[in-house]
Amino acid sequence: MTERVLDGSTAIRPRPADHEPEHGRAHERAPVTRRSTRGLAPGRRLPASRLTGPVLFLALWAAASAAGQLDPGAIPAPWTVLRTAAHLWTDGTLGSDITTSLRRAGYGFAIGLVGGVALALAAGLSRVGEALIDGTVQLNRAIPTLGLIPLFILWLGIGETFKITIIAIVVYIPIYLNLHSALSGIDNRFVELGEVLGLSRVQFIRQIVIPGALPGFFVGLRLGVTGSWLSLVVLEQINATSGLGYMMFQAQNYGRTDVIIVGLLIYGIFGLVSDSAVRLIERRVLSWRRTLSN
Amino acid sequence: MATHAEQLTPPAVRISGLTRSFGARDVLDGIDLDIPAGQFVALLGHSGSGKSTLLRAIAGLDHQVTGSGELAAPQRLSVVFQDSRLLPWRRVLDNVILGTRGKDAAERGRAALTEVGLAGRERAWPNELSGGEAQRAALARSLVWDPELLLADEPFGALDALTRIRMHTLLRELWERHRPSVLLVTHDVDEAIVLADRVLVLDQGRIGLDVSVDVPHPRSYRDPLLGEYRERLFAALGVTEDVQGATT
Repeated sequence: MTERVLDGSTAIRPRPADHEPEHGRAHERAPVTRRSTRGLAPGRRLPASRLTGPVLFLALWAAASAAGQLDPGAIPAPWTVLRTAAHLWTDGTLGSDITTSLRRAGYGFAIGLVGGVALALAAGLSRVGEALIDGTVQLNRAIPTLGLIPLFILWLGIGETFKITIIAIVVYIPIYLNLHSALSGIDNRFVELGEVLGLSRVQFIRQIVIPGALPGFFVGLRLGVTGSWLSLVVLEQINATSGLGYMMFQAQNYGRTDVIIVGLLIYGIFGLVSDSAVRLIERRVLSWRRTLSN
Repeated sequence: MATHAEQLTPPAVRISGLTRSFGARDVLDGIDLDIPAGQFVALLGHSGSGKSTLLRAIAGLDHQVTGSGELAAPQRLSVVFQDSRLLPWRRVLDNVILGTRGKDAAERGRAALTEVGLAGRERAWPNELSGGEAQRAALARSLVWDPELLLADEPFGALDALTRIRMHTLLRELWERHRPSVLLVTHDVDEAIVLADRVLVLDQGRIGLDVSVDVPHPRSYRDPLLGEYRERLFAALGVTEDVQGATT
C-alpha cells in the first residue's frame, strides 16, 4: 500500500555545490592523475552577483552620456534624471503622485489578497464551495482582466473604485489558483495520519492542511504582488489624472524622457521592495524548509 | 490454560469473516483472526497479498474499500507507517504530540522521545533527522497515545540493515515495557521470527499459516532454534530452497 518512500512533499534537492570547492582544489594540485568527474553545477555564486549587471549597466550609461554619445533628448544622463527627481520631489508633485499610486496598488492588493484567500479556502476546504467557486474563477481567469477595463469604466466610472477593482481582480486570481491547488493537493498520507491520530476536522485543517498549503500560497502571493504593479502601470497610463503613470503620460506629451525615467525607476523600486518583503516573510514563515536549501 | 487466559482478558482484536475487495478482486477473503491482549504478532505475505489491506482495515483507514465481516479493535490504537510521516513543518516534539490534549502533552511527548533515544532532539525539524531517527520519532508519536494495539506497516522497510537491527531491539524493548498488542506487517521472514511470538502468513486472501514462535528472547538472527521456523515460513510463502540460499 505505502510504496512511497519517505517524504515526497518536501522537495529534497541535491546539493552539488558542497563538492565544488574541493573539486576546484583538486585541479590546482593535480600531480596525481585520478579520475575526476566534470562539475555540472554552475559553481559558487560570485559575491553580490545580483548587483554586478545593474552596476555595470549604470556605469556604461554614465560613461556614454559623459562622452556625449547619447542623445540627451532620447536618453538623458543619470545625473539629469536624479536632478529631475529631486526637483519633482521638492515641488511636491512627485510625493503626491507616489502616494496616490501606492494607495491604489495597496488597496487593490489588499482586497485581492483577502478575496483570493477567502475564495480559495472556501473552494479548497468544502465540496460545495468548490462546486460554486472553482469553475467560476477558472472562467474569470480565462478572460484577460485588462480586457475588462472598458466594461468596468462604464459600470464604475474612471475614478479610484474602478482602478482598485481592476487591481484586486488581477491580484486575486494567482493567489486563488495557487492556494486552491495547494489546499486540494494535500498529501494523502497526511490525511491518513490525521485519521489515525483522531484529529477533528478543525485540527486537521489548522495543523495539516493550512501549513502544508503555505508554500503554494507564497507562490501566488508573489505573482499577486507583481500583478498589482503591472495593472497599476496600465491603469494609470490610460485613464488617470494623478499618479505616477499620469506623470509619465504627461511627460510623454512634453518630450520629457527624464521624467519618464524617474517614473520607471520608482516603479522598479516598488516592485523590488515589495518582492523582497514577500520573500523575507516567506523565509520566516517557511523556516522549516531552509534546512534543505540552506 | 490458554482458554482460561482468554476468558480473563478478551482479545484485543477480533476479526471474523472479513472480506475486502478492490473491484472484482477479493484481496481479503474471509479472514478469521483473534489477537489476545499483549501479544506480539507478525504478519507475513508476498507483496500484494493483502497484508497492508488487513492492517488498514483494522486501523479503520479503508473508507473506499468494499467489504464485509466483523471487526473489533481497541479505541486506543496507534499506527506506524513505512515512512515516518512526520509533518515537515512541525518540530519533532510537536509532531509527537500532534492531536493529543491536556497540559501534560508536552511532558508525555518528551518522555516518549527519551524512551526512543531522541532526548535533546525535541526542537529539531523532521528534515534534519536521519531515516532511523525519523522512524524513532514516529514510534514516539505512537507511544504517546499509550496504545492497547500497535499496528506497524513495514515500519523498518526503508531503513538500512544496521539501523533496522537497532530498531528491532528498540521495538521489542518498548513492547516489553508497555505490553500493547502488536501487529507487525512485514515481508521479512527474519524480522518476523526475531521479533514476534506468533507469525501469520497471508496467502490468497486467507491466513495460510499461524505459528507460535516458542524461542526465548532476546533472539539472535543466528539462533539455530529459529532455523526450523524460517524453513516453515519460507515454505508457506512458496520460496524454494535455491532462492532461499540466494537471498539469505
